[in-house]
Amino acid sequence: MFKYFPHTEADLALMRAKIGIRNDAELFADVPEAVRLKKDYRIPSALSEIELRARLKEIAAMNQTAVVFSGLGAYDHYDPSVIPAIVARQEFLTSYTPYQPEIAQGTLSYIFEYQSMVTMLTGMDVSNASMYDGPTAAAEACFMAESMTKRKKILISATVHPNIAEVVQTYAHFRGLAVDFIPVFEGETSHEDLAKMLDDSVAGVIVQKPNYFGIVEAFAGVADAVHGNGSVLIESCDISTLAVLKTPAEDGADIACGDCQALGMPLSFGGPYLGYLATKKQHVRRMPGRICGQSFDKNGKRAFVLTLQAREQHIRREKANSNICSNQSLMALYATVYLSLMGPEGMKRVNELSYEKAHRLYDLLVATGKFAPVFDKPFLKEFVLHTSIDQTVIRKALSDNGFFGAVSLADYDDSYRDVVNFAVTEKRTDEEIERFAAVLGGLS
Amino acid sequence: MNKVLEGILYAPTHEWTRIEGDAAVFGITEFAASQLGTIVFVDLPAVGAKLVQGKEFGAVESVKAASDLFAPLSGTVIAVNEDLVGDPEGINKDAFGAWMIRVKLANPAEQKTLLSAAQYRTVSK
Repeated sequence: MFKYFPHTEADLALMRAKIGIRNDAELFADVPEAVRLKKDYRIPSALSEIELRARLKEIAAMNQTAVVFSGLGAYDHYDPSVIPAIVARQEFLTSYTPYQPEIAQGTLSYIFEYQSMVTMLTGMDVSNASMYDGPTAAAEACFMAESMTKRKKILISATVHPNIAEVVQTYAHFRGLAVDFIPVFEGETSHEDLAKMLDDSVAGVIVQKPNYFGIVEAFAGVADAVHGNGSVLIESCDISTLAVLKTPAEDGADIACGDCQALGMPLSFGGPYLGYLATKKQHVRRMPGRICGQSFDKNGKRAFVLTLQAREQHIRREKANSNICSNQSLMALYATVYLSLMGPEGMKRVNELSYEKAHRLYDLLVATGKFAPVFDKPFLKEFVLHTSIDQTVIRKALSDNGFFGAVSLADYDDSYRDVVNFAVTEKRTDEEIERFAAVLGGLS
Repeated sequence: MNKVLEGILYAPTHEWTRIEGDAAVFGITEFAASQLGTIVFVDLPAVGAKLVQGKEFGAVESVKAASDLFAPLSGTVIAVNEDLVGDPEGINKDAFGAWMIRVKLANPAEQKTLLSAAQYRTVSK
């Protein structure tokens, strides 16, 4: 018997006798013959620790590291080494959900700090304790809009990241919500089409800033149009950019949501990342998840508690607006440590540097004559350009030179096949930017 | 002892209704409000929503429970008491004054199935 299985042959015999079977095959009597696996599993035999370490090292060496000039929802910002040092402390890393406030003050206080920082960045009144990621936060925001308006349709701007739109569509499908897309006009949400699409079936409207093309859309008049129709405005934002952009609250949004990956979270092949969800005070009881608050103990000392959780999740479960009862706690701690290290000045500086470097790369690429502007709109750290160079040629040249970037938007829409994405963070050096532009400029 | 108001009708699920011509207003009884405790949230339907007698039309949430609201009569919502949404505790202060929605009745004959004040008194004892 394998050493990690605790049962002895005698144990197994006893269990078989108890339920009245002769052998383990009888356990699968209900599985039709035709679908049973008749051969051995193709699993290699166990390795010794030395062999295993060597094998894992071999696999790890297959990873390619690259200097990243790509965006589309995940950004290569710097993650100060202090973050993993704090996040990996066992008091945080292995602690369970804070049901008992008297022994969970550490967890509750960082969640409280996290929520406070999210409300500062979004301008909203309340934030919940965090969500899994940006797309699921957007989907939950749609359920809030449905609950607030009792209406059954969501409008998504076609400038919203397609991954977000897809997750919202999946959630909406099983909720019986209709989803419609607001067309793009010159890289931005078409306000004219939005006005035409607003009717008394529309619960919520999702817009994004900066949008999928990197453009910082101005939402002047959008909130008035949406509210005039009795609908809810949901704004999805890369939270890092809100340190320098107009907040969702200033745009008149009722719900702010999005991803926190850009708060220095390692790209790590797509996760774990972190979603945030924030709203105005009057909608707090429609908000899924939980909210931590600051209170006082019996001696009048500051203490933290789980202040609010939609009770319906426990009592009217099948009718509850949402069934997320947890949060993405460890990554919320990550974001909290990052934001407290950066402070408002640091956040501003990260955005300023990213802005300057992105615009420098934009100018260099356009100057090569191989890349042409698609839209003439303001952008922050991310932009798209048109090119007639073949995608496979671009990919190979960049990979050969240790770069990753210039990703085609063909997956978004085939008519954008020759449109490629670039993002530049504070991490990129002038030398890297120049070399990257030179590699691309040398192609044909 | 909770007050039971004369001259209005009651559902066994602890909603009250006052008939006003071809319409009626709905609320929850003082007994229901006292059982729930301090009410912190009321979720009401939108104007235009169609209600069916005995079916859920909304929910109330208190500091200790959440409970569905059931329509005492069928009809279409013509008004919602927005003041109550902003001040749900108003239901605890004056349950019979705190009307939730006004409904244009679809089938006034349904009134016969509801309870009188005297009958409701026995239900809420």
